[in-house]
Amino acid sequence: MSRESGFWLYAVTDSPPDMWAGLSGVAGEPVQAVQCRGLGCVTSRVPLAEFGEEALRRNLEDLDWLTVTARAHNAVIGAVARVGAVVPLRLATVYIDDERLHGMLEDRQAELTAALDRLRDRTEWGVKAYRIPVGRSEPEAGRPETGTEYLHRRRAALSASRAEDTSMHRLAWDLHGDLAALAVDSRRHPPQDPTLTGRREVMALNGSYLVEDRRAGEFTDAVAALDDTTPGLLLELTGPWPPYSFASEEGEP
Amino acid sequence: MIADQAAPEQRIALVDLLDRVLAGGVVVSGEVTLSIADVDLVHISLRTLITSVGALTSPVAAQP
Repeated sequence: MSRESGFWLYAVTDSPPDMWAGLSGVAGEPVQAVQCRGLGCVTSRVPLAEFGEEALRRNLEDLDWLTVTARAHNAVIGAVARVGAVVPLRLATVYIDDERLHGMLEDRQAELTAALDRLRDRTEWGVKAYRIPVGRSEPEAGRPETGTEYLHRRRAALSASRAEDTSMHRLAWDLHGDLAALAVDSRRHPPQDPTLTGRREVMALNGSYLVEDRRAGEFTDAVAALDDTTPGLLLELTGPWPPYSFASEEGEP
Repeated sequence: MIADQAAPEQRIALVDLLDRVLAGGVVVSGEVTLSIADVDLVHISLRTLITSVGALTSPVAAQP
């Protein structure tokens, strides 16, 4: 027996569905609730021709599809997060029947409820730091006269760039520590590829911080202040985000 | 109630979004969930992204 549609999962919440059901989600499908034991699973019915395992594999490699789908996923979770606590689910989680979906919600009810309580009234903020290239004073001008001199200069240049790296890493860790002190939890994501950031500068920090909503202003002010007072690093704030990076208790790799 | 949800989304850089929706979020097992079946999901998508963006701008120097 083959099925034609499945459930795309956005998030789990305990806020009433009338606050968010009917939004438009991935593939333009309406958002609906699957309720189970006080938990609401935010879902859309999606055609398996586009969202089945094989189709998903193919579509995830299609940038346009990925862009539209990731944005729709995020828009729904963001809207639900504005009205209550939310545990985001990873992109591309599809169930092919609601019986199994209910089963999952039952099995993981305690864990999901605990996660909702942990994330309630808290928001994720992103802070990226780029290294500002230091105007390195040109080493001795002119061509090296001897091989020894060449090697000497080469070694000096290498050690200068290594020292710069070390100091950048130290600055980034200090910065991360300062930001984490204002947050209830924090994560470091891998630095982004320069091709994607559109910036030439090296990314020293790609952090996420889970901040109490009442301290949001304090946090964003601190980012602005640290940007002014951290020489050598340029800071960029993103967010507010639904708490993607903190949905699981263990640190993400 | 929930208005203007589309507007701010446009300002979000895709790369920041993918950092979060592909690597974050709770992982549950479904019948079709790629999130657990494919540890390489992030990898694949970022490669797609880098290749596409690279093709639009200049060739990536360090690409093997």
